[in-house]
This record gives sequence, structure tokens and C-alpha cells, in this order.
Amino acid sequence: MTEQPKSAAPTLGDVLAERGVSRRSFLKFASCTASIMALPPTAAAAIAEGLARARRQSVIWLSFQECTGCTESITRAGTPSIEDLIFDFISLDYHHTLQNASGRAAEEARMAAMRDNAGEYIVVVDGSVPLKDDGVYSTIAGISNLQMLEETVRDAFAVIAVGSCAAFGGIPGAHPNPTGAVAIGEIVTDKPVINISGCPPIPEAMTGTLAYLLSFGAIPELDHLGRPKAFFGESIHDRCYRRPFYERGMFAGSFDDEGARQGWCLFQLGCKGPVTYNACATLKWNGGLSFPIQSGHGCLGCSEPGFWDFGGFYKPLSTANDDPLKWAAGAAVAGAALGAAGAALARSRRKRALQAAASQVQAETAPAAEEKP
Amino acid sequence: MELLEFARGPALTFAFTVFIAGLAFRIFSLLLLWRSRDSSAGRPRQRPVAIAALREIVRRMWPETVYKQRMLFTLINGYVFHVGLALCVFLLLPHILFFEDLLGLSWPHLPNNVIYAVSVVTLVSLIAALVMRVANPVQRIISTADDYFSWLVTFLPVLSGLVATSHLGARYETLLALHILSVALLLVWLPFGKLMHAFLVFVTRSQTGAQLNRRGAQL
Repeated sequence: MTEQPKSAAPTLGDVLAERGVSRRSFLKFASCTASIMALPPTAAAAIAEGLARARRQSVIWLSFQECTGCTESITRAGTPSIEDLIFDFISLDYHHTLQNASGRAAEEARMAAMRDNAGEYIVVVDGSVPLKDDGVYSTIAGISNLQMLEETVRDAFAVIAVGSCAAFGGIPGAHPNPTGAVAIGEIVTDKPVINISGCPPIPEAMTGTLAYLLSFGAIPELDHLGRPKAFFGESIHDRCYRRPFYERGMFAGSFDDEGARQGWCLFQLGCKGPVTYNACATLKWNGGLSFPIQSGHGCLGCSEPGFWDFGGFYKPLSTANDDPLKWAAGAAVAGAALGAAGAALARSRRKRALQAAASQVQAETAPAAEEKP
Repeated sequence: MELLEFARGPALTFAFTVFIAGLAFRIFSLLLLWRSRDSSAGRPRQRPVAIAALREIVRRMWPETVYKQRMLFTLINGYVFHVGLALCVFLLLPHILFFEDLLGLSWPHLPNNVIYAVSVVTLVSLIAALVMRVANPVQRIISTADDYFSWLVTFLPVLSGLVATSHLGARYETLLALHILSVALLLVWLPFGKLMHAFLVFVTRSQTGAQLNRRGAQL
């Protein structure tokens, strides 16, 4: 948490050596990072070299309308890991939950970090920003979240929006969105914004992205929603170990039926895996132990925009997310009335045509009758 | 995701509203149309009216021997895509879940892999139907825009469904949204074009059967 001039700061290699992490372990981590980010094998050496030489990176973590679940996720590793060391290695100059300082001292730390690392520091944001009523629904240190965000990102190198609230508005932005919550990317438009969505995001997605930034000093390849493709490039469904059951048409019909006990596909129980892009099925959670589907519950689609309003967690994806028949009765009555009116019009026309024809015949036959003596 | 939300929400609601209004419009306008009284005495009837009507429904499922040779491919191809469409629409679990959510009714399903195979056959059969329509000079002359558009709105849901399940060309949610939108287009068009035969085919056949019976046709 202390401020450290960059030139005098130890490199990550120094820090790891000091903590007794062997070069072998370090290379293993670099290979693992390269692997999970779908980088070529040669990138492992580049990551190892880049990280070993990288110096302490200033990070300012802003928490807005959020639940602290994202911080819980990144700090709750099952066992002390090299990812923790990466997290320790960065200079986390401002973080509500983790910092010792409070009040004015905390804000001064943020200002100092911004001043001393202008153009180089990374801003991590969790939580959405309320815009309604001048952002009065969430204020920190007497200023609105919007003011704090604009002020902090002004000289940042990059912005990382962690969690679905920061990335897409998340739960605060769900219908009816009483605070006018918006995603960070809707406010910050002149800086690169990396979205690491999820409720919460997978820890490795956060540390992996951070490791990439530290190693290469560049933004990883992103998808159309601004998420690193390495973690969000494939759907849960495509990598799900239960996928073969989907193809075979073997589905759990409830959470305690034979299908559920046999580990069949959870599509029928509302699993959103087919439309959710995340690495849960491959990296898993709690040190690779499990993930929701493995635990017997369908995917909620938490890493996708608007997941909270996506028609109900337990409604199958193939159902409508509204009632398509809500106007059916009115439509039937209106259609029947129009049909009856159309038929009546046709009858009336026919009747008029017949009358006209009869009159014409009468007119043509009448003179002939008069001519008869 | 936004497109999928639109497809699963407002698009489907709009499509079902137009579909139901259109069905009611067509059925009521047909039933209430003026029907000329047949003043002729009529020939001795071969069968009771109801039997004659039902018999005509069944009889027209297979052509007369004299036409069979010429119509065999058209006939079999017609059955292939009609049965294929029915299997795809009513026996794929995601579709059954849709109907269950809509109507509260459920029934057994076929494995997805079987439905994939059926949909490929259906797709090929639909293409064959179009090729035959275009290649045959007589059929081409009597074909209208309605025929081609009805073919298109039938073809698109099968194609988009197959592409979506195969994850070809775009992200799954986009493909799924396009599939649902293509179904919405089918629903909107169905009451107003030749696809209305789905509801009227047995009505018209039975009407024809009753009329032919009145005129003493020995069928």
C-alpha cells in the first residue's frame, strides 16, 4: 500500500525470489498463464521474462455500486498461490476493503498515486455508476461515483471493469434500474476498457489479465463486449462436460430426479450455458475443484449483459421470456370481428350486384314487353 | 444477447398476436361468406355426407394410379418435408419446452442428434421442392410470389435452427435469435398466404368430398 518510486522498486523476479518461489514454479506459472490465455507456447517465455523484469504497477481500485463479491473472488484463493503474489506485487494504492487508510488519508493516497504514476497506472473498477439524480445514490468522500471515476481515469493507462456490474450495469442496472446505473464502458470512452465480467469473475481471469498487462504492457485480444477472448472466447455449453447428454437428449427434469442424479444436461432446468461465454467449465472455481453445473445447478449466465433480466433463471432458454399469448384473446376477437366485417361487406356487395343485375334485366325486358300489342 | 432478448420477447409476442388475429380473420371471413344455395336436385348420394367428407380427406393422400407415375417424386418429397417439419417442430426437446411453457402441455422427445439428421433431410427435401417448381415450366408459370415467399419462410426456420445447433458462422445467441425471428416471420405470414393450408387442408378436402358425393361421383 505504500508509495514506492518505480525506479527503486524491486522487480517481480526480485519479490518472488525473496519469497522463496523457485524459477521452476515461476516458469510453471508463466506457462499456465500462457496456456489459459490461449497464447502460443513461446509466449510463456515472454511472460516469464516480462514479469520478472516488470516493476511495481500502481493500481487504483474503485468500488461503486457493488457487493464486494469481486474483491472476495480475487482474494479468496484456496491456498496461497503465485497469483496471490502477483496481487501482492502490484501497488494497490486505493481499495476500500483492503486499505488500512480511511477518510481523507485514503483519498490523499489515491491523489498521490494518480500524480506520481500519471499515464501509467491502472484503474480497476467494480460496481456500476448511478447517473440518475446527479448520482446521489452512491457517493464516496463527498463526491459522486461519476465524478470520482472521471477524475481517476483521466491519466490512467487502462481501465479494467471487473464484475458484471462494472462491465454491463449488472444487478444495479437491472429493471427497473432505479439509480440509472450504467457500465464503466459507457462513461469511459477515451481509454481502453477491459471488461472481466462475471458475478463474480473467475479469479484467474482477473489475475491472468493483469499478468498479461504487466508482461506485455498491452491490452489482450478482446471480444465484441470488451472481454479478453482468452477467458470469454467460448461458451460454457461448448466446453461443458454434460454436453454429450444434451446431444443425446438426456435431460434432468428436476433437481432431484434420476436425470439429476445421473448428471444429465440441465438445459430443461433453465441452464444458460449455451449463451454464456466464460471459462467456468474449463478453469472452474476454488482451485479448479468445481463449477455451478458440476454442482448440479444450471448456469445463470452471470457474465452476460442483462443476465438478471433474462427471463428467469429456471426458465429454459428455448422458452419466450415474456408471455407471447398475452394479447391472444384480444387478437382473436379483433381478427374474428374483421373477418365477420369482411364477410358482411362481401355479402352486401354481392347483394347489390345481384340487385343491379336484376334491375338491368328488368330494364331490358320492359321495353320489349311494351312494344307488344 | 439484446437481439435474443428482442426475439424471445417483443418479436414473439407480436408474431403470435398477428398469427392469432390472422387465423381468426381468415376462418371467420371464410365461414361467413355467402354460399350459393344449390337448387339442383342432386344425384343419388353414394354415402352419408360425413363419411364422404372423411373419405375424401384420406383418398387425396395418395394420387390416382394414372397420375402416380408422373407425381411419385413430388408426392414422396412432399411427405418427406412435411413429416420432417413435424418431427423437428414437435419432437425436439427445446421446442417441447417452448410449447409446455406456452400451453402447459408436454410430450416425449427424440434425441437431438436424430432431429439434426431429420432437419438435414427436410432441408434437402425443401430445396428439391423449390428446384422442381423452378425447373418444371408448367409449375413455374402457375407459381406466384406467395408460393416462393411461403417456401422461404418455411425454409428459413429449418436452416437457422440447423445452423444454430451447429454453431456455424456466428455466436450461438445471435443464431438462436435469428432462428426465433425466422419462426416469428413464419407465424406472421402463415394465415395470409398458402401456408394457411395447414389449417384449411382438411376443411377444403371434406367440402370437396361432400360436393362430389352430392353430385353422385363414384369415388
